[in-house]
Amino acid sequence: MDTNLAIETNDLGRVYRLRGPKRKGDAKQLVALDGVNLEIRRGELFGLLGPNGAGKTTVIKILATLLLPSSGVGRVEGLDVTRDVQEIRRRISMVSGGETSGYGLLTVEENLWMFARFYGLDNVTARKRIDALLEVVGIADRKRTKISDLSTGLRQKMNFVRGFISDPNVVFLDEPTLGLDVTAARDVRGFVKQWMHDHPDRTVLLTTHYMAEADELCDRLAIIDRGKLLACDTPENLKHRLQREAIFNLKVGPLGPKPSRDAMIEAVPGVRQATIVEQNGHTELNLILAQEDVLSNVLAHLTRRGSSLISLEKREPTLEDVFVDLVGRRLDVDTSHHAEGEHAAG
Amino acid sequence: MSITRSFLDTPFVRRSNRLRTFITAAWLGWQIESNWADPFLFAIYSIVRPVTSVLILVVMYSVITNGALQEPIFAYIYLGNALYILVGQVITGVSWSVIDDREHYRTLRQLYTTPMDGYFYLMGRGVARLIIGLISVLITIGFGIIAFQLPISIGAINWPMLLASTILGVLSLAAIGMVVGSLTLMLARHFWSLGDAISGALYLFTGAIFPLDVLPAWLRPIGFAFPVTYWLELARRAILGPNAAKFPTLSGFSDLELTGILAAITLMLLVFSWFFYRWALHRAKENGIFDMETSY
Repeated sequence: MDTNLAIETNDLGRVYRLRGPKRKGDAKQLVALDGVNLEIRRGELFGLLGPNGAGKTTVIKILATLLLPSSGVGRVEGLDVTRDVQEIRRRISMVSGGETSGYGLLTVEENLWMFARFYGLDNVTARKRIDALLEVVGIADRKRTKISDLSTGLRQKMNFVRGFISDPNVVFLDEPTLGLDVTAARDVRGFVKQWMHDHPDRTVLLTTHYMAEADELCDRLAIIDRGKLLACDTPENLKHRLQREAIFNLKVGPLGPKPSRDAMIEAVPGVRQATIVEQNGHTELNLILAQEDVLSNVLAHLTRRGSSLISLEKREPTLEDVFVDLVGRRLDVDTSHHAEGEHAAG
Repeated sequence: MSITRSFLDTPFVRRSNRLRTFITAAWLGWQIESNWADPFLFAIYSIVRPVTSVLILVVMYSVITNGALQEPIFAYIYLGNALYILVGQVITGVSWSVIDDREHYRTLRQLYTTPMDGYFYLMGRGVARLIIGLISVLITIGFGIIAFQLPISIGAINWPMLLASTILGVLSLAAIGMVVGSLTLMLARHFWSLGDAISGALYLFTGAIFPLDVLPAWLRPIGFAFPVTYWLELARRAILGPNAAKFPTLSGFSDLELTGILAAITLMLLVFSWFFYRWALHRAKENGIFDMETSY
């Protein structure tokens, strides 16, 4: 066992039994995780990037001791997630995005104080940390406001403070900026970066389906889809995989009946991946081409389909392109209800 | 909060995770139970609710017996009904917290990633309802003494026996509440009314409103299996003195024997609830339904 690892999973799997399949032949189980192997070092800000339903939250719930794995092993700071539950909980915290929960009758201070006591903090330490953290996230003036009187964004900020009040060694941030406005999301990202800078021995596992967030925050990240880990590296190295390819965004006129990714790849040799989005009377194509000169064949194909070019942009690869290259669909496609046979994620 | 803060910082409490969990949860429970209205409205509610519910019973009794309020059976029924307030309050107080945290406040996930002890947390959450229940019991009995001249003399009450039996009774009810709460953890939906259903069912079988002798012989063992039966009998003996002996269901047992039976059943229930809770929590995490919000 490597003592430098904060989080480690070996062949981690999770299967949910589905209750009451409606028709004969419906899947009876859902594979949320399928043999996930992760090694996250102390001091890393590690990201899990994947669409909704990829299995990101399932990983976090297992590591945070809220869910048992169906197979494999999960360790946090060398402790087994199925056996060393209490010891792990002393060292971790978890904040979920879109988390507007809380005891509405309590004030912000009371709510945070209560959680501090559950973590075993004494009164003086608890109050100091509450004051300091509320100041950092900019809601110190709301300390004595009842939670029921807070806006959604402020509740989320309060829950963010709750996640850091115990000064945890490992923090699980599950879509931490989900539902926040631009300014609040930027504040949250800024806080995470500053916290990691101030506490270089602490570890953050962050899940997100915002590629820009993953790109900005993470030292390394893993791309996960339908319960399987597809790639794991630094954002730069992941993007470097597409350095030799040419990536184009095309806006074109209507493509005719049922334009599809597969038809595009089949019709034009050299198109490695394509995503097609139809909106407002035109079609947006994101293409990953094996070489730049394939573009002329693409344009000829579009002309044959009766479409016309509105605009064209060549750009550098992003994490979204990496995801499309690996999976063949965009990151914002929800796969949680589109299980192929028995395979989907939770 | 300041009293709770000071108490939680005493060395003994700080060393014990379970005690700290219990006290903090009790504080939370009290905030939830007492803060939903302003203090005046809360006080009115605490008085009016038990008094009106007992008045319904008194009216029914009066109609059936032509107003025989001086008969010993009236004091028996009145007292049983008053004490029974605690049954529902404690069982649902403990078990309801699971649904409250999971469905209403949606804090179950947050709570169970802290190192607090879940068993003692749920027990602590039940304390507030216990206190409210005790206040209701005292108000109801006081109202009975003033309005219906119940034959109760404060000086004649066997306080040690009342205290001992009530502590044991409350512990046994909390253990039943833990079992119901554990079931709720494991089964996710439709169990919001289970606590009420159990306390309602026990109403018939534990001698709360009529002696067990009234039941058919084959139904009486249900009553004998539940600790509430022995607690109500002991509490009546402690409060009513010789008047309680007019009803012979458990008259063959001495006070000490009844206390022994109540203590033994309570201990068994506590041990059972402890293991059952751990098993239920494991099953809930295994089945992935532990923090599932069902929107019921």
